[in-house]
Amino acid sequence: MEFFKIRRDIPFMRHALVFNAVSFITFLAAVFFLFSRGLHLSVEFTGGTLMEVSYSQPADLNQARERIAALGYSDVQVQNFGTARDVLIRMPAVKGVSSAQQSDKVLAALKEGDASAELRRTEFVGPQVGDELAADGLKALAFVVVGIMIYLAFRFEWKYAVAAIIANLHDVIIILGFFAFFQWEFSLPVLAAVLAVLGYSVNESVVIFDRIRENFRRYRKMETVEIIDNAITSTISRTIITHGCTQLMVLSMLLFGGATLHYFALALTIGILFGIYSSVFVAAAIAMWLGIRREDLIKPVKKEGDPDDPNAGAAV
Amino acid sequence: MNRYPVWKYAIILIALWVGSLYTLPNFFGEAPAVQVSAGKPAIKVDASVQAKVEEALKSAGLTASALTLEQGSLKARFDSTESQIKAKDAIQRALVPDPNEASYVVALNLLSRSPQWLSALNAAPMYLGLDLRGGVHFMLQVDMPAALTKKAESLAGDIRTSMREKNLRHGGISRNGQAIEIRFRDTSTLEAAKRLIQDQFADLQTTEAAEGSDFKLSATLKPEAGRRVQDQALKQNITTLHNRINELGVAEPVIQQQGLDRIVVQLPGVQDTAKAKDILGRTATLEIRMVDESSEARAAELSNGMVPFGTERYLERNGQAVVVKKQVILTGENLTDAQPGFDNQTQEAAVHLTLDAKGARIFRDITRDNVGKRMAILLFEKGKGEVVTAPVIRSEIGGGRVQISGRMTTVEANDVALLLRAGSLAAPMEIIEERTIGPSLGAENIAKGFNSVTWGFLAVAAFMCFYYMLFGVFSSVALAVNLLLLVAVLSMLQATLTLPGMAAMALVLGMAIDANVLINERVREELRNGVSPQAAIHAGYDRAWATILDSNVTTLIAGLALLAFGSGPVRGFAVVHCLGILTSMFSAVFFSRGLVNLWYGRQKKLKSVSIGTVWRAPGTALAKDE
Repeated sequence: MEFFKIRRDIPFMRHALVFNAVSFITFLAAVFFLFSRGLHLSVEFTGGTLMEVSYSQPADLNQARERIAALGYSDVQVQNFGTARDVLIRMPAVKGVSSAQQSDKVLAALKEGDASAELRRTEFVGPQVGDELAADGLKALAFVVVGIMIYLAFRFEWKYAVAAIIANLHDVIIILGFFAFFQWEFSLPVLAAVLAVLGYSVNESVVIFDRIRENFRRYRKMETVEIIDNAITSTISRTIITHGCTQLMVLSMLLFGGATLHYFALALTIGILFGIYSSVFVAAAIAMWLGIRREDLIKPVKKEGDPDDPNAGAAV
Repeated sequence: MNRYPVWKYAIILIALWVGSLYTLPNFFGEAPAVQVSAGKPAIKVDASVQAKVEEALKSAGLTASALTLEQGSLKARFDSTESQIKAKDAIQRALVPDPNEASYVVALNLLSRSPQWLSALNAAPMYLGLDLRGGVHFMLQVDMPAALTKKAESLAGDIRTSMREKNLRHGGISRNGQAIEIRFRDTSTLEAAKRLIQDQFADLQTTEAAEGSDFKLSATLKPEAGRRVQDQALKQNITTLHNRINELGVAEPVIQQQGLDRIVVQLPGVQDTAKAKDILGRTATLEIRMVDESSEARAAELSNGMVPFGTERYLERNGQAVVVKKQVILTGENLTDAQPGFDNQTQEAAVHLTLDAKGARIFRDITRDNVGKRMAILLFEKGKGEVVTAPVIRSEIGGGRVQISGRMTTVEANDVALLLRAGSLAAPMEIIEERTIGPSLGAENIAKGFNSVTWGFLAVAAFMCFYYMLFGVFSSVALAVNLLLLVAVLSMLQATLTLPGMAAMALVLGMAIDANVLINERVREELRNGVSPQAAIHAGYDRAWATILDSNVTTLIAGLALLAFGSGPVRGFAVVHCLGILTSMFSAVFFSRGLVNLWYGRQKKLKSVSIGTVWRAPGTALAKDE
């Protein structure tokens, strides 16, 4: 079986400007939503208490809200979680009241309303921990960006490193933009997903760059643009199949992983889809504009008679 | 060209064998068990305890399917939860007759059902995190400034005493924050005091300043001494927590330091979170009172009769009653330290107490007025008092250094010191993070994680076999091996598996297939270019390798960042993610190549390879389709 019966190299780079404009606009939209709506951060980052309570029959949210409000806690969110019988309650941290007291009181109040209320999970995070987590998240992001850039600059050249990082950071921003737009909950696992996607979609760019380097060696008379087109065309089937497979896994998580893994899987899905787009259409184009050349990658003396390359010196 | 030397196959076989061996325990599941461990530091769980437990089980008509004694804890495995609970009650009755005097912790636990020979190889199932088995997680922050202030307070008292001994006149000693300030009228006394502090208080550093007509010497803790105080405070709090948690009867509590001033407590399987929180947050109080030595009180002590007005009866730890006055002389707040040791003269075992300045003053006055009488040190926990010790006052005790000795063994001295210390926390603690997962949710999370991995794996494997035919089968087998190795490594390292960890497992499988897709596509491409099948396989693997390496390194960088900066759920994700990438390099490249070599490598005149359609653009085609 073969999905990709491509006769000729697809001239991706001819439309590079359009692709980059599309990316740029999506990027701006994502940044806009990030600033205008902000992320809906989970309790882990903001500090506060989270309770998951399950009932034996569909829960009456309004009643639960009233009961909690009667306790004098403000800014409490009550919503269904996964099923109609599970309820998620989020409360900001209250000064002077320990988390233990807070969750015990709330549970007691809920049990008064419906004796079947059962505490499934509580999570309390003090405000100082939340700040640290946010700081650690940013540090991790910086570490990934710098680490990948150094590696790529070392393996390829700085232009490739810059192109790959720009393309993939734009993925990250777009994922965050989605989370801001839909006000999905941004939790620690989502952060992990975002960083994993960053590493993963750099893969894509690496595969294409690898091919570009190989083409530079192989096809000595080709123009840079043709080289890039050829590299993308010959790797596109692998790109789509790999991402398809990863997406199958993520889909399985989305279907079977339940509410806990929902946003994690969602972040991965967006990341994978935009990862394809940015690697195929954006990274190479940026590299092209940064002016990659054959001489940057191929040190003439060393690579001239590469014995491993059966096609060395062959021209097409 | 597509042949592996024997040693490469040997590596593959060894890896598979070791992998299977260590993955095996995960399939046996877990059986209900009862775990007995020591409730006090002085008590050992040994063969005699095992004999007692065996006897208790026999008399209750129960048989344990396995009884193991290792690392100071005795574990008895049972076939059903019913007999587990019965056994727990029986053992509890036999070992801990008095619930207030818990020398042993008898707890319910789950034990791996894997056979003895596997356990002997240290092959254990993966260690499940709290979100998979249910339980409570707390992170406590120790209030270090409070510990330092307390230390400064006690040092201020010590300085006051030493200066009096040396007849150095000062114009007042006070504690200002964490600094001790001493005022002087003239510089010569200041100099003398400074020398005194340098000689006797190595932990302090001094600075002097003129203040109006007075001179001021301010002493602060040296940074390294400050660190030591903080370290001790943390250790003491951990000890206290250990003692308290022992009461809860938790099989495998985790109590560990995190960072400089934090303690993480994890109690797997605990469902009564309210009680757990209550016990962790409990403040035990220590009180020193006078023993009532009137004849009525004596009579009440012996006869369990009415106690005189204004007194109360408490029991000593050996069960003897002591009638003490209600008036409290000192509380634990004034006690800064308690250490076991020996009497200087008699070499008897003793406990050395250190009181702060206020405590020392009160203690001196009380002891001066009550020589020959008994005083009692009481510990109140859960609103219930107990006499730790009730020594006779032999002489006036000044300076805040108290020694309790007589009629004590070294073990008892240790115990008393621990009780006195552990009774109070060195510094207040605050819960800054708390996570409770109900047991049903844990089981559901396991099912969810398991289903995600299984269905995802099946979908990917089905697609690969369908799209790449035999090469797809090889890839799928390689992917299965990857999973096997990953589970084996996680079991071997006993790394904690969490739900995000299971998600990482699914994700890493989805990513690991990338390497095989790269290889297969490359082989197809070579075939498309008209290269002979054997050469195509060779070139496919060779050329794909550089790309696979590059792409895995970038993924690994992200994984390491998560490992370095992540906490909690993120760390669980990162561990599995990083390990998965490493095992995938072995399985996807080295192992799958082995399979291919084994299948195709020996055929000299290989005509076709089963790798799905090798499509050629019409016109350029060599007119042959596999």
